[in-house]
Amino acid sequence: MQQIAPMEASVRTERSRSEIVAFMLMAVALIVAPAVIYPLFLMKALCFALFACAFNLLIGYVGLLSFGHALFFGWASYISAHAAKVWGFPPELAVLTATAGAAALGFVAGAIAIRRQGIYFAMVTLALAQMMYFFAVQAPFTGGEDGIQSVPRGKLFGFLNLADQMTMYTFVAIVFLLCFLLIYRIIHSPFGEVLKAIRENEPRAISLGYKTDRYKLAAFVLSAALTGVAGGTKALVFQLASLTDVNWPMSGEVVLMTLLGGLGTVFGPVVGAFIIIAMQNYLAAFGQWVLVIQGVIFVTCVMLFRRGIVGEIASLLRIKL
Amino acid sequence: MFEIFGIPSQALFGQLLIGLINGSFYALLSLGLAVIFGMLNIINFSHGAQYMLGAFAAYFLLQVAGLNYWVALVVAPIAVGFTGVVIERLFLQWLYKLDHLYGLLLTFGLALIIEGVFRNYFGSSGLPYRVPDALQGGQNLGFMFLPNYRAWVIVFSVVVCFATWFLIERTRLGANLRAATENPTLVRAFGINVPRMITLTYGFGVGLAALAGVMAAPIYNVSPQMGSDLIIIVFAVVVIGGMGSIMGAILTGFGLGVIEGLTKVFFPEASNTVIFVIMAIVLLIRPSGLFGRGT
Amino acid sequence: MKRIIGLATLAVAIGCGTAQAQYSDGVIKIGVMNDMSGTYADLTGPGSVVAAQMAVEDFGAAAKGLKVEIVGADHQNKPDIGSNVVRSWIDTDKVDVIVDVPTSSVALAVNEIVREKNKVFLISGAAASNLTGDKCSPNTVHWTYDTWALANGTGNAIVKTGGKNWFFLTADYAFGHALERDTAAVVEKNGGKVMGKVRHPFPATDFSSFLLQAQASKAQIIGLANAGADTTNAIKQAAEFGIVKGGQSLAALLIFISDVKALGLPTAQGLVFTEAWYWDLNDANRDFAKRFAPRNKGIHPSMIHAGVYSAVTHYLKAVTELKSDADGKAVVAKMKATPTDDKLFGKGTIRADGRKIHPMYLFEVKKPEESKGPWDLYKLRATIPANEAFRPIGEGKCPLVSG
Repeated sequence: MQQIAPMEASVRTERSRSEIVAFMLMAVALIVAPAVIYPLFLMKALCFALFACAFNLLIGYVGLLSFGHALFFGWASYISAHAAKVWGFPPELAVLTATAGAAALGFVAGAIAIRRQGIYFAMVTLALAQMMYFFAVQAPFTGGEDGIQSVPRGKLFGFLNLADQMTMYTFVAIVFLLCFLLIYRIIHSPFGEVLKAIRENEPRAISLGYKTDRYKLAAFVLSAALTGVAGGTKALVFQLASLTDVNWPMSGEVVLMTLLGGLGTVFGPVVGAFIIIAMQNYLAAFGQWVLVIQGVIFVTCVMLFRRGIVGEIASLLRIKL
Repeated sequence: MFEIFGIPSQALFGQLLIGLINGSFYALLSLGLAVIFGMLNIINFSHGAQYMLGAFAAYFLLQVAGLNYWVALVVAPIAVGFTGVVIERLFLQWLYKLDHLYGLLLTFGLALIIEGVFRNYFGSSGLPYRVPDALQGGQNLGFMFLPNYRAWVIVFSVVVCFATWFLIERTRLGANLRAATENPTLVRAFGINVPRMITLTYGFGVGLAALAGVMAAPIYNVSPQMGSDLIIIVFAVVVIGGMGSIMGAILTGFGLGVIEGLTKVFFPEASNTVIFVIMAIVLLIRPSGLFGRGT
Repeated sequence: MKRIIGLATLAVAIGCGTAQAQYSDGVIKIGVMNDMSGTYADLTGPGSVVAAQMAVEDFGAAAKGLKVEIVGADHQNKPDIGSNVVRSWIDTDKVDVIVDVPTSSVALAVNEIVREKNKVFLISGAAASNLTGDKCSPNTVHWTYDTWALANGTGNAIVKTGGKNWFFLTADYAFGHALERDTAAVVEKNGGKVMGKVRHPFPATDFSSFLLQAQASKAQIIGLANAGADTTNAIKQAAEFGIVKGGQSLAALLIFISDVKALGLPTAQGLVFTEAWYWDLNDANRDFAKRFAPRNKGIHPSMIHAGVYSAVTHYLKAVTELKSDADGKAVVAKMKATPTDDKLFGKGTIRADGRKIHPMYLFEVKKPEESKGPWDLYKLRATIPANEAFRPIGEGKCPLVSG
C-alpha cells in the first residue's frame, strides 16, 4: 500500500544543497516582497504558511491526517487576543501564552486521538475540534459571534511599536523563519527519523523497541504548539480573533494547502499556503465559486498530482525540497 | 422552574420520542456510511452533500415536474444514487490501492464542489418544502402533540434500516457482499463481478443518504449547507458505534438521538456538544467503539 | 474561506470635471460591504449597492459636479474577512465611507478600523445597539434600526394588547442573550411576566424539543430571540407542532421581509414584529420600490436597502456643504448638525451618540386571503413615534455623551 507521504525517507548524509538554496531564495523574497505587495496580505499568508508547515509535520512525517487543526489555530488566536487585550500582555508574551495553550490542548486532544489510526484518527480529531468550536460559540470570553475585537498589537519587547505596518511585518517574517528552521531541524533530528520510521511501518518500529504512542503524541503536541504560534500571531496581525478560525472549514483549508504544495516536502506547505491565500484574495469577486475552485483543486491533486506542486518539481529535477 | 420538571414522566416521554426522530436521521446516515466503508474502505465525506442533494431532488421534482413527495421518496434516492455510481467509476475506483486517506480527501473535495455550486444558485437561506397532504396534522397523544409526519419518519426509517440489515446480514446477496469484502480474489473466482458489486454498493449507500434528505425536506428548509452541519455529528456517531456492524450503526444512531434529546431538556446549552463528549469517553474506554471489531 | 478585496467596481457616476481638489483624490468613494451571497444576501446584498446608486443619482451628483464612485464587497458574515476588506479599501483604494455592513460582529470590527483611520461608517444592516452604546464612535452613524428598538417595539405592543406571559426561545450566544435581555426588561416594565426561557445552541436545526418546553410552559407569547435560519426554522416547526393553533402566539424579535417571503404567508400569518420601513407604507415608498425592484432581480426593497439610500443621501448633503470628505469626524459632525430629510425616512435627526432617530412601525403578517400580490405581506398595526422608538441617550453609556 502506498503511503500518504510519497517522498522517500531522506538520505541523511547529503544535507541537500537544494534545500539551502531554496531557503535563501525564500528569505530574500520575504525581504523584497513588502515593497511590491500589500503587507497585510503577506502577513496573512505567512501565518497560514506556518500553520500549514506545522500541520505537515504531522501528516507528512508521521502519516497522521488531522482534520481538526482549526482547534489549535483558532484557540491559540483566542488566547493570544485575550492575553493581549484583557491581561495587557506584550505581544511576545501573548504569542507564547497562545503557544503554551495550544500545546496543552494538543496534549489532551492527542492523547485521545492517537488511540485510533488512519481514517478514525481523522474523524476523531474533526469531532474533537467541532466540540471545541461549539464551546467557543458559547464561552463568554471568546465573545461568541463577535469574537475578540480591537486587540492591541502592543510594543514588542517594550519598545518596538507593532502598530507600524512594517515593524509588524518584520516581526511576523522573523517568527515564520525561526519556526520554519525549527521544523526543519525536527524533521532531520533522530526524533524525526523515528517519526518517519513509524510512518513507514509502525509494527516494525514497535518491535524495534520504540514506544510509538509517545512519539506520536510528542509529534502531535509539537504540531499543535507550532500551529499555536501561527494562530497567536494572526490574532495580533488582524487585531481580531473570531469563530472562522476554529470552525472546521479552516481544518479543511490547511489540508488543502499542504496537499497542493506537497505532503512531506519542506517547502510545499509554504507554496500551497501562498497560492490558496492569493487565490482567495484575487478571486474574491467570484464569490462562492472560490469554494468550488478549492474543491476542484482537491480532486485534481488527489487524482493526478498526489505529490503536490513542490513534490512534482522536486521529482522532476531530482532534488530535495 | 418550568412545569416540565413538575410532570417529568409525561414530558420525558415526549422528549424521548423527539430524540428518536432525530435518531432516525443519524441512523440512516451512519448506516449509509457503514455500508460504504464496509465495501470500499472509504469514509465518504460527501455523504452530507449527497443528503442535501436528496432534499434538493425532492424540491425540484415538486417544482419542475410537479411530482409529489411519494414519488420523490423513490425517484430521488435512485437519481442521487446514480450520481454516486458515476463518482465511483470516475474517481473512487482508482484510489482503492492507495492509503484510505486519499478517499477521504477526494470525497471532501467533491463535497466542497457540490455545496459551492448549490450555494451559488440557491443562496443559503433555504427553500420551503411542504409536508405531503396525507401526513398533514397530527395526533394528540396526551403527553404531547405528535405531527403525523414525524411519526411517519420514525416508522419508515426503522423499516428501511432493518430491511438493509436483513439484506446484508441474512440474504445470499449480502453474503456475497460480505465475502467480497473479506476476500475479493476468492469471490471473483466464483464468477462474481466484484468491481460492479462495489460500484453498486457505493450507489446504494449514497441512495440511503439521499433518502434521508428527502425525509428531512419537509421538516427543515431545503438549503445547501444542511448536510455539512450534520455530517460531522454523524462522523462522531460512527466513531462511537465503531464500524464493525450494520446493526451497530443503526442502534448507535437511534440511541444517540435519544441521549441528545434528553440533553435538550436537562442542559440545553450542551446539546450540540454532548455527542462529542460521549465520543471522547467511549474512545478512552473502548478505542474501537461500542460495536467495533478492533482496529 | 476568506477574501480580501471584492473589488467589483459596480457603478461609476462621473462628474463633469469642475474643481474638485477639495475631495480626497478628487472622488467620493463609497464602499458598500455586506453579505452578497449568504443568508442575508436578499435583504442587504447587491440591493444595497443599487440603493446607494439610486441615492447618488437622485442627489444629482453629476449635475452638481461631484465625482462619486461606488464599490461593493462580500464579507461573508465573517469579521476577519470584513476587516481585511475595509483595511485594504481605505489603505489602497482610498474609500471614504463604508456603508451597510450587516452582522454585528463585522460591524463592530469595521467600527474600530474606521475610527482609527478617521473615515465615515454608515450602518444600515447591523443590529447591535452597543454600536451607539459603549462602542459608539465619532465616525459612525447607526441608521436604520437596532436590537433595543426591536425589543422595545415588539415587547411593548404585545404586552399592551394583553400578551402578558412570555417564554423565550433564545439563541445561546451574545446576540441572542442581548435580545432576550432587552425584551424581558420591556415586558416586565409594562407589567408582563417572563414564565421561563430555554437557550438553544447556535446554530440549531431541530427546535421540536425546545418548542415542546415552550408549549408546556403555557405562556401566551413565545418570544424568538434568534435570527435568520434559526428564526424561520423555529416558526416553521411551531406550525408543525400546532403551537399557534393551540392558542400560543409567536413573537419574532428579529425578522425581515425576505424571511417572511421565504416562510410564505400560510406559515407566517399573524406574526407580529417591528421594522423601520416597509415599501407599501406610502406613495414615496411605493415609487421607490417600483424603481428599485427591476434593478434588483425583482426583489422589493427591505428596510436595510431604504436605510442605505437615506444614509447615502444625507452623507452627500453633508460632504457638499463642507466641500470636503477628508476628515471623517468633521463629516459626521456635520451630518449630526444638519436635520435629515429624504423621501423614504422623512424628517429626522442624528443624536450625539450616532443614533439616527425616526419612527418605527409594528407590523403583522397578512393572512393569505388578504394579500393582493407576491410582495403584499404586511399590515401596519401601530406607529412608534420617533421620541419613543430608540433607547434614551443617557442609558446607552456612550462615552461621547458626557454625563
